[in-house]
Amino acid sequence: MVEQMVGGDVPLGWCGGDPDGGLGTNVEAIMAAIDRAWSEKGVAILVDLGGAETNSEMAIEMLPESRRNRVVVCNAPVVEGAVMAATEAASGATLDAVRRTAEELTPA
Amino acid sequence: MMIDQNTRKRLFEAVANRVIAGADELTDLDRAIGDGDHGTNMRRGFEAVLAAVDELAAKNLADSLKGVGTTLVMKVGGASGPLYGTLFLSLGKSLADDVSREQVADAFAAAIDAVKARGKSDVGQKTMLDVFLPVLAVLREGGDGLPTRLKAAARLAAENTIPMRAIRGRASFLGERSIGHMDPGARSSELMIDAVADVMEGCA
Repeated sequence: MVEQMVGGDVPLGWCGGDPDGGLGTNVEAIMAAIDRAWSEKGVAILVDLGGAETNSEMAIEMLPESRRNRVVVCNAPVVEGAVMAATEAASGATLDAVRRTAEELTPA
Repeated sequence: MMIDQNTRKRLFEAVANRVIAGADELTDLDRAIGDGDHGTNMRRGFEAVLAAVDELAAKNLADSLKGVGTTLVMKVGGASGPLYGTLFLSLGKSLADDVSREQVADAFAAAIDAVKARGKSDVGQKTMLDVFLPVLAVLREGGDGLPTRLKAAARLAAENTIPMRAIRGRASFLGERSIGHMDPGARSSELMIDAVADVMEGCA
């Protein structure tokens, strides 16, 4: 959905599933997805459930120091957040603006 | 107390085998108040530890604990991966090969704090922390028959999670319905403490 909307304008990465391919999460896959989505502006991560969030935080901590402070997990619903974040990113916004836009969808 | 290569291997194997043996039970507990994957995830993580156990135990205690932690983070594949991974990674930051009980207690306390931060949780929320804290208290006391007392403390603490209402993790979505079931993370913690205590008894 996001890819259709922003096409090649914004680098994207996604992943899902545990190391065996079942329902769950996978730190290595998250790190690879961060790499695919990487640009010098950084990466905004949208997650579905709690395990994905904790594993994403772990993945960020395992990144090289030069990238670590440019990857954030957004407190936003995964579908709407990803769509809003991608749209904001496609307009050339900073990582901070992208995150704020996604998080506007979350009740205070 | 020297935790040499042989002891390290026995510890990791004991913990891994204990968790793997309990995997079906962990899945059942997690089906009742979670998403039913705790047993499967933990089994996967600890099978990976077993597969690498010689390589892991060959390192000094600090690096081997960090190795176990990293393996769990990469292989468990659920919320407990970062939590147990953090526990072992943190233990690996502060333990030399030759340790006193007090040093182990201090390291365990620091590791518990790291898990609290990672999971944004605390004691009383029906989690693995509700087993770790009582076990830490017994470890700090020291004294005779320590392995037996550690096992008893872990057992009692896990059972004490049954009437608790979950405030953290997937179980918290069930609210009142989480009452009456043991927390799966509490049970897996108990299994690990049990295994370590068994190895301690063997060393005595």
